[in-house]
Amino acid sequence: MSLRGRGAIVGIGEVPTRRIYEGRSMYGLCAEAAGLAIADAGITKNDIDGLVTDGVALPPAIAEYMDIKPNFATGVSMQGASGATATMVATSAVSSGICNTVLVVMGNSRQDAERAGRPAGRGASGPSVRSEWEEPHGMAPGANTGYGLMYRRHIHEYGTTEEQLAKMAADQRFNALENENAVFNGQPISTEDVLNSRYINEPLKLLESVMPCDGAAALIITTPERAKNMKNKPAYVLGVGLKQGEANIWQRDIFTETPAVDSVRRALEMAGYTPSDIEFAEFYDCYTILAAMCIEDAGLVKKGEVGPFYEETDTTYKGAFPINTDGGQLSGGQPGLAGGFRHVIEGARQVMGKAGSRQVEKSDLCLVNG
Amino acid sequence: MTSAYDKPIPIPSNGDLTKPFWEAAKRGELIIPYCNSCSNLFFYPREVCPNCFSKDLDWKKMSGKGHVYTYTHVRQAVHPSFQSANGHIYAIVQLDEGPKIPSGISGCEPKEVYVDMPVSVVFDDITEDYTLVKFQKC
Repeated sequence: MSLRGRGAIVGIGEVPTRRIYEGRSMYGLCAEAAGLAIADAGITKNDIDGLVTDGVALPPAIAEYMDIKPNFATGVSMQGASGATATMVATSAVSSGICNTVLVVMGNSRQDAERAGRPAGRGASGPSVRSEWEEPHGMAPGANTGYGLMYRRHIHEYGTTEEQLAKMAADQRFNALENENAVFNGQPISTEDVLNSRYINEPLKLLESVMPCDGAAALIITTPERAKNMKNKPAYVLGVGLKQGEANIWQRDIFTETPAVDSVRRALEMAGYTPSDIEFAEFYDCYTILAAMCIEDAGLVKKGEVGPFYEETDTTYKGAFPINTDGGQLSGGQPGLAGGFRHVIEGARQVMGKAGSRQVEKSDLCLVNG
Repeated sequence: MTSAYDKPIPIPSNGDLTKPFWEAAKRGELIIPYCNSCSNLFFYPREVCPNCFSKDLDWKKMSGKGHVYTYTHVRQAVHPSFQSANGHIYAIVQLDEGPKIPSGISGCEPKEVYVDMPVSVVFDDITEDYTLVKFQKC
C-alpha cells in the first residue's frame, strides 16, 4: 500500500519568525500556531485526534497546554528533517485509520534555554563524539564548521564558486521581501552583499547561514475523504521518502552527497513523477551549501552543476524555477526545528493558493526537502 | 603548560572505551580501533564494530601519514581561547590507512592549507592527562 494521496493538508498556521519574542515560551508559541492552523482549516480543536511534534516539544506537554486528548501522539526527533518527517508520520497515521485529523506543530523560544540555565545555541551540552573528538580541535558551536567542510570539498570536486551560491541567498531574500512571516522581510540584499559578508567558517559566509530565531508553525492533515467537505483547497501528499544519514558530517564517506539522493527518488517513485515534472521546490537551507547539494541530489540538476544552475536561473517566485518561495530559512530565520517545518508549510500554502503576492504561476506540484 | 591551557580538552562519552587511545597519544603513538573479526579499521571508537557488530576489537598503530580531505578556516570565535585575528584551520584528515579524523593543522599559515595537502601526525601535550593528536604540513 502506498501513501499516495492518502493525506490532505487542510490548514496551516505560522507565528511570524522574529529574532526574539520577549516573555514567550516554546509551548506558548506552538499553541498559538496550532490555533491559527485550526482556524485556517475551519475546524475546532475537538476535531483533532492526532498530534505529531518535533520531539523537542513533548507531545504530552503540548496536548496539556492546549487541552486536547488525542488518540495518537508522538515526537519524531529528526533534527532539521523533523517537519517533513512529522508530515510523513501524520499522513501514515490518518491513512492507517489510527486517527483522522492530525495537528503537526513545532516552535522555538530562545529564552527557554536561558531560563533553563543553558546558553542558547552552544551545541552539545554533555559528553559526546563532538566533545571528545571535535571541539578540542576548534570545531565551532552549532553546525557552521561542518558545512564549511562540505562547502570546501564541493568547490574542490566541482569548481563551484562562492558567487554562484551567493546568488541563491540573494534570490531567496527577494522572496522574503513581502513575506511578513520572514524575519528579514523588507530588507533587500544583492549577490555582492552576500559575497561581502564576513566569513564564519570560510568559505561559508554570514549571509549564507541561518539566524537562530523564535517562532512556530503548524498544519492540519486529514484524510482526502474528510478534506472534500472542508473550506480550503487541500494540498495532497503524493509521495514521501526518507533516508537517514550520519549524525556527524565527518562520518560520511562522501562529503558532497546528501541522503536526498535516496529520499527524493523514493518520494518521486511513490508519486509517479520525475524531477522534470516538479514546478517549484522548498529545500532545507540552514546554509546555502546544503540546499545546493540537495538540489543536485534531488535530480533537478546534474551532480556538480548547481553552481551554473544558479548563475543561469531566476529562482525567485517570479522566475523560471522558484525555490524557497517564502525566503527559506536563510531569509526567513530559523525558529528551531520549525525552520525546516516551514518548508512544508510554504509548499502547502502555494499549492493551496494562499501565497498572496508571492504566489507562483505553476503551483500544482511541489517538492519539499526537509 | 597544564595551568596555561584554556582551550576545550577532550570530554569522553565513555572514558573506559577510549582510554587506550589517549594513553597511546601520551607516548607519541596514533592508534585506531580495529575489528579482529572483519578487519575493519574505524574511527571514532565504538563498543561494537560498526561493520559486523563484533566486540572482538583491538587497536592498530597508524603510520601517522595522511592528507587533508577537507578543511574550513574558522573565523568566528569557537571558544574565546581559539579566537585570534587570523582564525584557525579545522580539518578532516584522511589517514593513509583509510580512516578520517578531525584535526587542527600546524606548520603553516591558514591560507597555505589546501585539499589533498600531505600531512603527518604531531602530538600536543595539552594537560597531564591529554595529548591531542594533530597534523602538520609535511
